[in-house]
Amino acid sequence: MEFITDLLQYMSNNSSMLISLTIEHIVMVIQAIGLALIVGIPLGILAAKVEKLAPVILSLVNILQLIPSLAMLAILLLYFGLGNETVVIGLFFYSLLPIVRNTYVGIKEVDPGVSEAGKGIGMTQLQLLLKVQFPLSIPFLMAGLRVAFVIAVAVATIAPYIGGGGLGREIVGGINAQNDIRLIAGAVPAALLALLADFILGIVEKRTKRRFRSVS
Amino acid sequence: MIQLKNVNKVYEDGFHALKNINLTFEEGKLNVLIGPSGCGKTTTMKLLNRLIDYTDGELTIDGKLISEINPIELRRQMGYVIQSIGLFPHMSIYDNVATVPKLLKWDKEKTRKKVDELLKMVDLDPDTYRDRFPHELSGGQQQRIGVIRALAAEPNIILMDEPFSALDPISREQLQDELVRLQKEINKTIIFVTHDMDEAIKIADQIILMRDGEVVQKGSPYELLTNPVNQFVEDFIGEDRLRQARGLPPMTAFVDEGYPSINVKYSMEEAITVMVEARKDQLPIVDCDNKYLGILSLYDAVKNREATIDSLVDESVIAYRETAEVEKFVASKETIAPIVHEDTTFIGVLDQDQLLNVLHEQVDQKSGVTS
Ligand SMILES: Nc1ncnc2c1ncn2[C@@H]1O[C@H](COP(=O)(O)OP(=O)(O)O)[C@@H](O)[C@H]1O
Ligand SMILES: [Mg+2]
Repeated sequence: MEFITDLLQYMSNNSSMLISLTIEHIVMVIQAIGLALIVGIPLGILAAKVEKLAPVILSLVNILQLIPSLAMLAILLLYFGLGNETVVIGLFFYSLLPIVRNTYVGIKEVDPGVSEAGKGIGMTQLQLLLKVQFPLSIPFLMAGLRVAFVIAVAVATIAPYIGGGGLGREIVGGINAQNDIRLIAGAVPAALLALLADFILGIVEKRTKRRFRSVS
Repeated sequence: MIQLKNVNKVYEDGFHALKNINLTFEEGKLNVLIGPSGCGKTTTMKLLNRLIDYTDGELTIDGKLISEINPIELRRQMGYVIQSIGLFPHMSIYDNVATVPKLLKWDKEKTRKKVDELLKMVDLDPDTYRDRFPHELSGGQQQRIGVIRALAAEPNIILMDEPFSALDPISREQLQDELVRLQKEINKTIIFVTHDMDEAIKIADQIILMRDGEVVQKGSPYELLTNPVNQFVEDFIGEDRLRQARGLPPMTAFVDEGYPSINVKYSMEEAITVMVEARKDQLPIVDCDNKYLGILSLYDAVKNREATIDSLVDESVIAYRETAEVEKFVASKETIAPIVHEDTTFIGVLDQDQLLNVLHEQVDQKSGVTS
């Protein structure tokens, strides 16, 4: 009980610092995910369209995700030095898999009859992709985005090991100082952030499903 | 007109799917490709909008080699309807139907009018259905949308691959009726794939029966039914339908061309002589061009020997065209059936003995008695 009142006391005393760390955390995550969308969607489409490239692209992003987060960040550190940019690049690599894979699956899952109809009535490959296949893959992409957010929010907490900011500051600081209160004061907002992202994107996903996959 | 000359298709895996296909699809006709599953119907159809390219031979549309027509433009000028319907689930009914007009960059007003007109044509109220999504429609309604989507840009040629086979029997019948009506109204060249013989007989101008990548027989439903070229065709059509089709042959089969007739200008005495000699009590009367005018009865003639033939001709006895169905006579109360060409030139009279024989045979067949 005493611990909780202490925690609340600490959090309210340091609220502005915690808020700015949270914002920093969110910014890193959003930058990374934005980057992952820009790179991942075309890669997913490419994999779906060029059957020969699919295994190459998919295993590559798979491997990226399998590298333990600390090891990944350590490697990136060698190339990009300390700082938030390096963190963003690391998070970007982690977010790539769910986005590439789900774009790929989403496009592959489009009813072949729908694609054939589009082609048969005279759409070009590009029109078919932009007007039919990509819109129909959006619910899958949304599911991927949701996973990517949750992963990125979690992984971003180790940012301080490579000189980054965000809520990890409090967590790592708390670990180093053996200060449970600081540790928890960083961990709670991070966990809430992950839950919130999961919840909001879950709603978005359902909406898009209704909008874009309104068949069943 | 679409023409296939010695067209072959060999798939990448070496499978010879079409063998020396020779076909003509005439303008404004409803052509049905039919045959067992895997015989090459879909392959043939997809050659026409270049979803598949043929291996060798020659395929022309209005004399132009199809390989020289841009496939995208070609497809926009051809309607395409498939069994799985393939409506775009994320687009409203309006956007679905308007797809090709939009690709062709029609102006909004024209597109809107066209979509409404098409919805009405298939009995869907535009105000109710325009903004709905495909999943909010029944299967039959969805397929109607599939059909009008293919018609939206007013193509001259429409390809339909088993469009009604996934529907319940009632919707299927309705859509078949609608298609036949539409075909009469808009007079398009339709290539229709099916494996259902009843459907083919009902809607086709030309039936093309295929097997193992070859055309076995082509012709009108009547030709296939009355003159199947081999056992396979007979089996595919089925014993029931063949027996039904054998029904009663048209009038021509029963014409008695030896039956006398007389020119209206002749005298009554001459007419009586002809009837007495031929032992007939009714005599068809014709004019100088041998066109049928009516019937003179021996009874009337004998009673009015002084009258002209002209004044005694019973014009109420109508003549039958040679192509008419015999059933019409059987159902009437007449005792004589004069038969004429399209232009009413007299040919002869229905031979009632022969008709009776055929009728007896039919009755025997139906009751299972073989003679
Ligand atoms: N892409 C393909 N590669 C190899 N064989 C194919 C291909 N598409 C169809 N076939 C074969 O060609 C034959 C004709 O197919 P299809 O035209 O679809 O028949 P259907 O008359 O049932 O429409 C079938 O035996 C089918 O297995
Ligand atoms: Mg087929």
